[in-house]
Amino acid sequence: MKIRHTLGALCAFAVAGSLCAQTADNIDHAKAAKEFEKFRAEMEDSNPAELNELKGEELWKAKRGPKNVSLAESCDLGLGIGKLEGAYVQMPRYFKDADAVMDAERRIVWCMVEKQGFKFADIAKKPFQSPNDSSAPDITNLVMYVAGHSRGKPFAVNLKDPKVREVYEIGKEVAHYRAGPYDFACSTCHGVDGKRIRMQDLPNINSKEGATKAVMGWPAWRMTGGVALTLQWRMNDCFRQQRFPEPKYASDTITALLTYMTANANGVVYKGPGIKR
Amino acid sequence: MNRNIILAACAALPFLTASLPARADADYRAKAIAMIKKDFKPRGQASLDRLAEDGVQAICNRTGNHPPEAIAKALEADQLATVEWPADGKLMGDWKKGEKLAQSGRGFTWRDKPGLPVGGNCYNCHQISPKEVAFGTIGPSLLNFGKLRGNTPETQKYVYSKIYNAKAYNLCSEMPRFGRVGALAPEQIKDLVALLLDPESPVNK
Repeated sequence: MKIRHTLGALCAFAVAGSLCAQTADNIDHAKAAKEFEKFRAEMEDSNPAELNELKGEELWKAKRGPKNVSLAESCDLGLGIGKLEGAYVQMPRYFKDADAVMDAERRIVWCMVEKQGFKFADIAKKPFQSPNDSSAPDITNLVMYVAGHSRGKPFAVNLKDPKVREVYEIGKEVAHYRAGPYDFACSTCHGVDGKRIRMQDLPNINSKEGATKAVMGWPAWRMTGGVALTLQWRMNDCFRQQRFPEPKYASDTITALLTYMTANANGVVYKGPGIKR
Repeated sequence: MNRNIILAACAALPFLTASLPARADADYRAKAIAMIKKDFKPRGQASLDRLAEDGVQAICNRTGNHPPEAIAKALEADQLATVEWPADGKLMGDWKKGEKLAQSGRGFTWRDKPGLPVGGNCYNCHQISPKEVAFGTIGPSLLNFGKLRGNTPETQKYVYSKIYNAKAYNLCSEMPRFGRVGALAPEQIKDLVALLLDPESPVNK
């Protein structure tokens, strides 16, 4: 992998930043959305996320942790130890060694704990990059690297596996579960086509098209704050806005939601890691 | 929690269980709730009790937001009974304050400071003043709300109580129960009523 036009991309982001600031005020919504899409299409070949993928590659191949082994020589993402091509788009999947359905991020964490000897609590202490952090956590870079090896391959969550199917059905229930002070569920905002909050379009995660919009492009480099983030973070922030307590990192509930959404996008070709607003 | 609501909900559950729509699979639902209960941690003001359903939420969840009409009507009446009317009897406040309140989508998340005032969250979902183009579409457009309806005492009462407890008129409405849950104080709700009904408000210009 090589970094293409990264300097040019970073300069262009300054322009995009002011564009986004204006959208909140008075640029016509459709026009603003179109401008952003155009910008994103131009930038897709020079995504700063490529830097994260490069760091992820180093981390994947390096002997690390108390057990001093590499993930490349110990971690099975479902297709055999060290095999990366197409692994991301086939997760969440059932892993016999863990007796659990796991999404990609959770599986990599599992490998870091079980194979390399890292402590889960240490990884879970700060799993996401904040706008004031100079770099992304190792786990984010690893997810970026793994996801990059599924570019151009269709989402293929195996719903024929009864264990995956059950988690999918539970995820559907989680998506529709209303609670909390505002009576919100995921589906309050993401349950019908064509809605938006303020200027932000809301994909309907129950539909193929909407679920595709929700999972496509993640993990992503996000222009807001200039941070690299994963779907685990996206779910965390949705629950925050839903006024729920905080979901535990890499938990069953998050896997269930990601199983539901990703499987709803089955068949669609993955393009990512991407750029998000 | 209003005892009537709990009683009504309990009475309704056996009937609902017998007439579940296809989506709300009881087995998966039970597993989902058990999973949710073990997978969250309290943070800031967002404590774990927020994960539990109250009576209205449980019935909406179990019926895919389409409860049988008779049950919905009975529970909507219970919700209307929760509305606390302002002591001074006035329902219209200051539309300018209402407009500021409508702009803020803050409040109640684990990052927000506990306590009032929180935002009205109005523009997140509704078109209100024509001057604000950054509005959401989850709720209906409220442009010209007062112009179309006038601001009779009945209309004022309807708008006040709708903001106080939206579930009084549509049990499974997507709109939060702003007064009922203590997100908005009566004075703030009055300001929002004025935003919608005052002839001087940009909504009606």
